[in-house]
Amino acid sequence: MSTRPHCLELNSLEAGYDRAVVGPLSFTLDAGEIVALWGPNGSGKTTAMNAIGGGARVFGGHLRKQPGLRVSHQHQNPLSLRDIPLSGRELLALTQSDAKALPAAMQPLLTRRLSELSGGQLQMLQVWACLTAPVDLVMLDEPTNNVDIAGVALLQQVIAGARDGRGVLLVSHDRHFIEALGARIVEVERR
Amino acid sequence: MSWTAMFDPMFFTPFATGLLVAAVLPVLGMYLRLREEWLAALAFAQLAAAGSLGAAILGLPVLVGGLGVSGLAAALKASLVRSGNNGYAILMVGGWGASILMLANAPLADHLGHALFDGQLYFTGLSNLWSMAAFALAVGALMRWLSRKLLLERMFPDFFRASGLSAIRYHLLFDLLVAGGLALATASIGVMAAFALVFIPTMIAYQWGRSWRHSLVIATLVSLVAYVIAFQVALVEDQPFGPVLVLCLVLAAIVAWSVKRLVSRTSRPSSARELS
Repeated sequence: MSTRPHCLELNSLEAGYDRAVVGPLSFTLDAGEIVALWGPNGSGKTTAMNAIGGGARVFGGHLRKQPGLRVSHQHQNPLSLRDIPLSGRELLALTQSDAKALPAAMQPLLTRRLSELSGGQLQMLQVWACLTAPVDLVMLDEPTNNVDIAGVALLQQVIAGARDGRGVLLVSHDRHFIEALGARIVEVERR
Repeated sequence: MSWTAMFDPMFFTPFATGLLVAAVLPVLGMYLRLREEWLAALAFAQLAAAGSLGAAILGLPVLVGGLGVSGLAAALKASLVRSGNNGYAILMVGGWGASILMLANAPLADHLGHALFDGQLYFTGLSNLWSMAAFALAVGALMRWLSRKLLLERMFPDFFRASGLSAIRYHLLFDLLVAGGLALATASIGVMAAFALVFIPTMIAYQWGRSWRHSLVIATLVSLVAYVIAFQVALVEDQPFGPVLVLCLVLAAIVAWSVKRLVSRTSRPSSARELS
């Protein structure tokens, strides 16, 4: 049995903002693994992810990250940032993501300003920026939001290809997408 | 006064000082707008004015007073939880109140008060020029390093926090740069002109820029062109420099906005044709 510590370990975690709205939640995540938090709307999947990212409070249980763990986190609703005059290439450069390896279908997005992209295109670029950043853990919050069918298929391919040596934690309400990825599913129930 | 007066050796020092101010402030403004903290420009300018007046009353160097008070405010603000424009609004009204009280109670500061609020660039000396030149070099070097970190923190807010890293030191350094830039600018071109140089060129650049780099170039060019025109007009027409610069920038904003509207109107029918 391996004695290597997990990338991420949650033990009866309860988290929220003013009060706990999710948990108790327990799971582990290792490098090379994809774990999906799945559950109905309002069950607190995003809050749990935010607690791991440091944006929500831990009210109970334990949250342990491997020391020195580098994390990228793609949030929902990036649209409020589109007034910022950044090109697609500049967005990827922020996370030191590899623009050359971007799938051919997404290459034209590199030279366009973010405000010229559709919600789905911006979402895809943000996911790519997080997935190919030099990090140990990638957290994706509803990555299929605003993305069309072809985009979802591309996302599956991209996420599956990027898991090498890093853990991927994703939040999604799309069971079909999660299963197609071969992710380990952690069900999050309403409190 | 002729239209070549700005090349007169007598006006070289103020012209070069203002040119550096006009080159540096829009760059800082781009990152202030990125953080939705553009009010910081007005807050630091007001505080620098208050610090300069306080220093003059106490018989201390004016530049030291302006830099000291605005720098202290930047450090104080950075130590608080990210308070954004709320914190800057408090600092701004506080700086304004202190300035007006000092002007009312220390008649000797009246002349300096006029210079700080109206902008009397033509009376700046070599100390202003060298301070601004050193500051411009510091901004050039530090912003190359800070730029990606500030943009990353805005576009991917959890990148630092989720990895257990703190972005506070980057914010503090940037706030100190803004405070220093506004203090130096206020001493030479006045409160409102300094604020306008931070606010208006970046507003135009955010409308027109196709990328961050392109927007930085646009903001700097708008600022420099408006500055050169204002310098010459104020000199030839014997007007206070600050208000002339502000009005040149306002005019630039109106032209940029009108052209943008015109361009988007004329491009709409062709898009519709493409779609059909």
